[in-house]
Amino acid sequence: MTADASLRRTPIHDSHVRLGGRMVPFAGWEMPVQYEGVTAEHHAVRTACGLFDVSHMGELEMRGQYAGAVVNYLVTNDTSQLEVGQALYTCACNARGTILDDLIVYRAGDERYLIVCNASNRDKMSEVFRKAAEDHCDFEDVSDRTALVALQGPRAFDVLDRAGADASRLRDLKSFHFRDAVVANVKTTAARTGYTGEDGVEIFCAWEDAASLWDRLLELGKDIGLKPAGLGARDTLRLEARLSLYGNEIDETTNPIEAGLGWVVKMDKGDFVGRDALEGVKGAKLARRMVGFEMTGRGIARHGYVLRDAQGNDVGVCTSGSPGPTVGKNIGLGYLPAPMAAVGTPFLVDCRGKNVDAVVVKTPFYKAKKADKG
Amino acid sequence: MSDYPKDLKYTRDHEWARAAGASVKVGLTSFAVKQLGDVVMVELTLKVGDTIEEGAPFGTVESVKAVSEMFSPVTGTVKEINAKLNEDPELLNQDCYGEGWVMVVEAKDGALSDLMDAAAYTEFVASAE
Repeated sequence: MTADASLRRTPIHDSHVRLGGRMVPFAGWEMPVQYEGVTAEHHAVRTACGLFDVSHMGELEMRGQYAGAVVNYLVTNDTSQLEVGQALYTCACNARGTILDDLIVYRAGDERYLIVCNASNRDKMSEVFRKAAEDHCDFEDVSDRTALVALQGPRAFDVLDRAGADASRLRDLKSFHFRDAVVANVKTTAARTGYTGEDGVEIFCAWEDAASLWDRLLELGKDIGLKPAGLGARDTLRLEARLSLYGNEIDETTNPIEAGLGWVVKMDKGDFVGRDALEGVKGAKLARRMVGFEMTGRGIARHGYVLRDAQGNDVGVCTSGSPGPTVGKNIGLGYLPAPMAAVGTPFLVDCRGKNVDAVVVKTPFYKAKKADKG
Repeated sequence: MSDYPKDLKYTRDHEWARAAGASVKVGLTSFAVKQLGDVVMVELTLKVGDTIEEGAPFGTVESVKAVSEMFSPVTGTVKEINAKLNEDPELLNQDCYGEGWVMVVEAKDGALSDLMDAAAYTEFVASAE
């Protein structure tokens, strides 16, 4: 792989290279797509645990008396009810009601909010929040000094048990809650969130502490099956859990309702960007819907493949597809006309010129057995 | 970097060819397989008895993350296809120069002279990295 000087590196870059990570360009960053292999890393996260470097993601801070009101106006979910130490998944839409980004909003203090956005949308969202903050509250893009690692899997908390007394108590965090914690001698903020369908934490720390945190966690978890996991496994894991990926399932041509994210749109919370447009969407019949599907014929659907009805008419598009290592089937997500979105509906996927049978199935494709997320 | 078998010839698309008389066995190099990652499906667009031109696509190999086309290193007639890859595509990951071979072509003129030898391929891969 040719080194591209324009690509940015996370503070954990040297560790990735040392671990044999294959580095690829991703949203302007040089990121590990895999170490030992996507499948092995995927299974490690499902059966033990995996460690992901997601320091490329954007972190924005809003501070001040009106920070809460401004944030709530920019997102579709209702952040006004968040307690300090609580987080919420949401979309941010434009006035047309289509999706600018999907975010997690953390209420870090009475008058302080942290917003985590996708790396690919950092500049755009940074601008959106900066503009909205003008004359109302303080805004700071803290992405460049904020690193983020995700420790995910059924054994994640067994690793934290070895990372100090404070880290050990992170077990008591409820789902979508967070707090400051010393983990492996590093000052962090740990949140019980993730993007894999497994229990676990996402840990924020200072840029300069991230490599030490990463190396130490891997060492502590080695004999309980902790493995470094790359973007490849992150993608198959989130797909099995039916979590949307910006740029695939959602973008500025899709609205949250058709994307199956209606649960993060709160029409009764007061005005917010995109509200009028989304009210229109909710009042009308949906033209298309996001569905999960399984390939019943021999083939793997991929992002961008055309979906066809039984007569061979082009009716939709695959937004994500791959083998699902845990479910043991070739699975995918895509948009189909609403009348074809019912579970059990057969259709065809154009796999490079060949129509391959598929069927709409219930999602998520995979759900973790033990739901002890508080 | 890995050692590429000296008795094979190599294409710029990362196929290998092993000539035994007019019979040429074809597969993917360890470099190609490593780039792909975990192979989950091998699909040939031709069957035994079909003719194939040098450089023409003859199928795809898919990993969890990617799809890649395979191109024939020789012109000739397909004599054999490795049916085992249907059931066990991971043979490509495990043994790409042995059990993971892809097909055998009866070469029209038997010449593999245009292909790279192991030393040239090693250099080619190094420059691509």
